[in-house]
Amino acid sequence: MNVYGLMAEFESPTAIVAATRFAYEEGYRRMDAYSPYPIEELSEALGVHHSRLPLVVLIGGLIGCFGGYSLCYWVSAVAYPLNIGGRPLHSWPAFIPVTFECTILVAALAAVFGMLALNGLPQPYHPVFDAPRFELATRNTFFLCIEARDPKFDIEKTRTFLHGLGATDIVVLER
Amino acid sequence: MRENPLESTPPDQTISPPSVIGPGLTFSSVTDKISSIALSRRTPLGWFIGAGISFLLAMLMLYTIGYLVLTGIGIWGNNIPVGWAFDIINFVWWIGIGHAGTLISAILLLLRQQWRTSINRFAEAMTLFAVACAGLFPLLHTGRPWLAHWLFPVPNTMGVWPQFRSPLIWDVFAVSTYATVSALFWFIGLIPDLATLRDRAKKHSAKIIYGMLAMGWRGSARHWHRYETAYLLLAGLATPLVVSVHTVVSFDFAIGIVPGWHTTIFPPYFVAGAIYAGFAMVLTLAIPLRKWYGLEQYITMRHLRNMSKIMLATGLIVAYGYMMETFMSWYSGSTYEKYMILNRFRGPYAPMYWSLIMCNVVLPQILWIRKVRHSVAALFAISIVVSIGMWLERFIIIVTSLHRDFLPSSWAMYQPTFWDWSMFVGTIGFFLSLMFLFVRFLPMISIFEIRTILPEAAVKE
Repeated sequence: MNVYGLMAEFESPTAIVAATRFAYEEGYRRMDAYSPYPIEELSEALGVHHSRLPLVVLIGGLIGCFGGYSLCYWVSAVAYPLNIGGRPLHSWPAFIPVTFECTILVAALAAVFGMLALNGLPQPYHPVFDAPRFELATRNTFFLCIEARDPKFDIEKTRTFLHGLGATDIVVLER
Repeated sequence: MRENPLESTPPDQTISPPSVIGPGLTFSSVTDKISSIALSRRTPLGWFIGAGISFLLAMLMLYTIGYLVLTGIGIWGNNIPVGWAFDIINFVWWIGIGHAGTLISAILLLLRQQWRTSINRFAEAMTLFAVACAGLFPLLHTGRPWLAHWLFPVPNTMGVWPQFRSPLIWDVFAVSTYATVSALFWFIGLIPDLATLRDRAKKHSAKIIYGMLAMGWRGSARHWHRYETAYLLLAGLATPLVVSVHTVVSFDFAIGIVPGWHTTIFPPYFVAGAIYAGFAMVLTLAIPLRKWYGLEQYITMRHLRNMSKIMLATGLIVAYGYMMETFMSWYSGSTYEKYMILNRFRGPYAPMYWSLIMCNVVLPQILWIRKVRHSVAALFAISIVVSIGMWLERFIIIVTSLHRDFLPSSWAMYQPTFWDWSMFVGTIGFFLSLMFLFVRFLPMISIFEIRTILPEAAVKE
């Protein structure tokens, strides 16, 4: 049997956060918790602190900013220069609104698609969906999954450990 | 010795803010109530009646568009000197309505206003649909909507490029960015709730459709962490965006030299007016929705009161704008500016001007009275009055300035035709049809965000 991990069920946000902290202190690292809404303490308990997303958004914003301005400049001064009473072709104040909108547009696209890409979505199948009661993870139930690739993972010892944390139900997930 | 009441209460109760939703809600009851509206097999009869009427009006819009495209924009009443009329009035009106949705979803999020949670989802949907209606007007006003890509910098065999010094091209960029970012924000907010619908759906086809839209969301804590970051960043990006959009819309006027348009007050005055009109529309939609679907526990009186207070505040900013317009026309010393305001007060469109002052400045002042803010019927009535007032405002700004500008020999009156009205009423039908479809098939209240403000959501250390 090719095991993906052990999935333990918890009934309250307090229980899952406490359990995750214990598991982290115990030395488990390859694990993930599933909750129906974002819980700040839970990602902290998993040791998730930094995200590369702000950097992705910053890069997106800079690309939009330089791209938008270059577009205005290139069109107005290079590709299609219009001499209107000898006014300067590089009329930068008039280029600000479009530059601003392009900055926001590319940064927002970077935020959304960057978040999806870093999360590995869309992902139609994932082993955790095989857990019989996992449908409740989007309703009122909390799950902690310790994955088999964790070096400390041992199916019997980990199961006993999760029992000790007060899990109401534990199932083995196949890959 | 008397006990200190603060000491006798547990610490977590003294610091927690007052709840914005009704008591007794739990994770399961919230999830089941909101998702059941979208998943129920039985569609209420009232939905069919409402959606049917809206759909008929949307068909009127399609008919008008068909006739317009085949004939030309001569079927509308606008002609020189009033070259802009209903097509831009309705554009500004719809775009303005959309602004409240972004304000609720982005600005109130950054300001940590928890009460936004019950109303942000359908306010964002309202934004999206209002922008869709708004976009139709300039698109069709070009007369050749099939050449609309010329508005964008697309390489073409004519070697022609858009004029980046024109506010009209800024508008193209502002509105298309706004539409894109609003759609992204709305969809990102929907993903966890689509996963909830996927897991609650009984029908196989519903499971598959919601499942595809949820993209495999599984509520992983690592995902939530990035999701929250992305959501916050989007809110931070949408906040200056929403201010910029109506600013750029006002530039369409303010950059021109027409009397009554060439003024620096336009950007703030337009943004405030947009939020004013938008909150009026949110109230117009929220009041029947909470009644028909029994959502009084989620959209409470506190929400309605807060929205009425924002309306009162933005209404006063708009009133200040009207005052400044009048003052500046005198202070400018310009004959044309002075005539513009006298023409508004006493000219042929004076009844519309005074109705606008009545709707936007005078009548909403009854919101100062506590009893009015507590009456659902009164709030609904005022929200309709403000929507009408804001429409009249755009009519006055556009038509009175254009119909008598500089040379009296080129003055003329403007009269809307049947096709002007059918297009406007048609977009209202289109907007409402989209709203009806939205409340039937998608969760109209953000389920996962409501979960976060429930008492049981707090992690007890």
